[in-house]
Amino acid sequence: MNNLLIAPVVVPLLAGMALIIFQKNIYMQRTLSLFALVITTVVAIMLINLVSSGGIQVLQLGGWEAPFGISFVADMFSALLLLATSVVAIGCLLYAFSSTERRQEKLYFYPLFLFLIAGVNGSFLTGDLFNLYVFFELFLVASYVMITLGGSQKQLRESLKYIFTNIISSAFFLIGVAYLYSITGTLNLAHLSLRIAEVGQDGLITTVALLFLIVFALKAGLLLFFWLPGSYSVPPTAVSAIFAALLTKVGIYAIFRMFTLIFYHEPQITHLIIGILAAVTMILGAIGAIGYWDLRNILTYNVVISVGFIMVGFVAFTTNGTIGSIYYLLHDMVIKALVFLIGGTIIHLTGTSRLKEIGGLIRLKPMLGWMFLIAALSMVGIPPLSGFLGKVFITRAAFESGYFWLGAIGLVASLGILYSMIKLFMNAFWGDKMLNEDELKGNAKGLVFPIVFLTCVSLALGVGAEGIADHVAQAANELLNPSLYINAVFK
Amino acid sequence: METLIILLVGVLISMGTYLILSRRLLRVVLGASLISHAVNLLLLTSGGLKTGAAPLLSEKTKQFTDAIPQALILTAIVINFAVTALVLVLGYRAYQSFGSDDMEQLRGNEYE
Repeated sequence: MNNLLIAPVVVPLLAGMALIIFQKNIYMQRTLSLFALVITTVVAIMLINLVSSGGIQVLQLGGWEAPFGISFVADMFSALLLLATSVVAIGCLLYAFSSTERRQEKLYFYPLFLFLIAGVNGSFLTGDLFNLYVFFELFLVASYVMITLGGSQKQLRESLKYIFTNIISSAFFLIGVAYLYSITGTLNLAHLSLRIAEVGQDGLITTVALLFLIVFALKAGLLLFFWLPGSYSVPPTAVSAIFAALLTKVGIYAIFRMFTLIFYHEPQITHLIIGILAAVTMILGAIGAIGYWDLRNILTYNVVISVGFIMVGFVAFTTNGTIGSIYYLLHDMVIKALVFLIGGTIIHLTGTSRLKEIGGLIRLKPMLGWMFLIAALSMVGIPPLSGFLGKVFITRAAFESGYFWLGAIGLVASLGILYSMIKLFMNAFWGDKMLNEDELKGNAKGLVFPIVFLTCVSLALGVGAEGIADHVAQAANELLNPSLYINAVFK
Repeated sequence: METLIILLVGVLISMGTYLILSRRLLRVVLGASLISHAVNLLLLTSGGLKTGAAPLLSEKTKQFTDAIPQALILTAIVINFAVTALVLVLGYRAYQSFGSDDMEQLRGNEYE
């Protein structure tokens, strides 16, 4: 029992509700939302310490014991993701302070932002399948509105596609819940795991598992990413950065949770299918990233590649693979927010996203250019930057467990990332200067600080990887031993 | 009884799919909400129908209805209601902005 567990959900939620009342007071909106996120960061750090010293933490809401009530469970994996979420959210919020228009700030931008964070945090913490659905809907509804902020034609069009895709996937989610409930008679994740381990994972349960795979693959952009490039490239920069950093990662988290805790009995079927999906995702993502000459499209296709790559470590289903996936997941959350912010700043400065119309920016904004290079190199996985460790572990695990084709495709996709990011760097920052200082469409005042902040976080994650090694190993151990999770819930 | 309801769910989902595949925006919204209703019915059926009296009246009750699916549906209906309202507003806004509710014209391939 630990009431701290509910704080990452309740604090942003309450702050968001309070901010709806103080709609006009922008100064207060900014301070309160920043304050709420700082509190969640502190809580996340406290949770990491608690979990590393005392094992998995559980909160039975309302005092109802495990299979009857809703449990909140914080294992190391959730706690690390909570911390990454809060840090990334602070970065994007700081960027939003100086990039969002006054009019949009008054249209409930900050409450929506906080609701989104509350939903994401809740999805990481909950130990109940239906509660997971509710938190999914919470951040999805917030994201539906945030995607249309500004109300341009492009945004309206893409948001409609995004919403309909997600309505269908929510329906699938509920169908899966209904089937699973009628088969097992429970919705508590730990209890589900127990019951399925007792009766064995037969064909029916595997089918339901694949239904859940479709749902979460839609959210994560694993193969079913047709909606992603459109809807991630239309909203304001701060919003698309937080989408790219968090929303697909929640889908990845759910796949990890469901397929390590509940549906882990038939890896030759489920994990192989995930592997094939990951391979196709990486190939298609790499083709997209290499082929497009539009800044936003290149970045969104890089999101797709990394989703596939994280799943490779999961498919290997070994300690090394899981460690690699967790490292890469944490790195990817920070770095995707960072490159989207930098990309948005470039578009803000030059007024265009077409690479061929941008050039020589490094002479005007040297700092931005070099930070972009750092981000690009760490996405590719150059040591000692943050992408390196995850990539090593994932590739090694894939080869060790016999998935040679998957490891090879992962490496080829990395080349795709390298090519696309260097193409972006060379065309946007090097080359002939297309614009003079006074021809820039906007100024980057205030926009650079959050970028510096996230760059420092990413560097720290790379250089200080040793510092969180114990935590990541513990997280991987907990994921691969479902009994730890079950015992914590039913103690 | 369960079989009958499952068949009804199947019919509703196929109708919803048909509506979603049409070109008018309003029909797509209706299709999506029809599918959500079908799913709610499926949730209700998942707990078993007509098994007995009201739940949790006393500990001696031998036969009682499972209350969890009903609690789930209640939540699902509320969420579905909110999302449908949002989509309707958004659809109207898109219609005003584009002057059309034809999904063919909302595809937006000109940017690619």
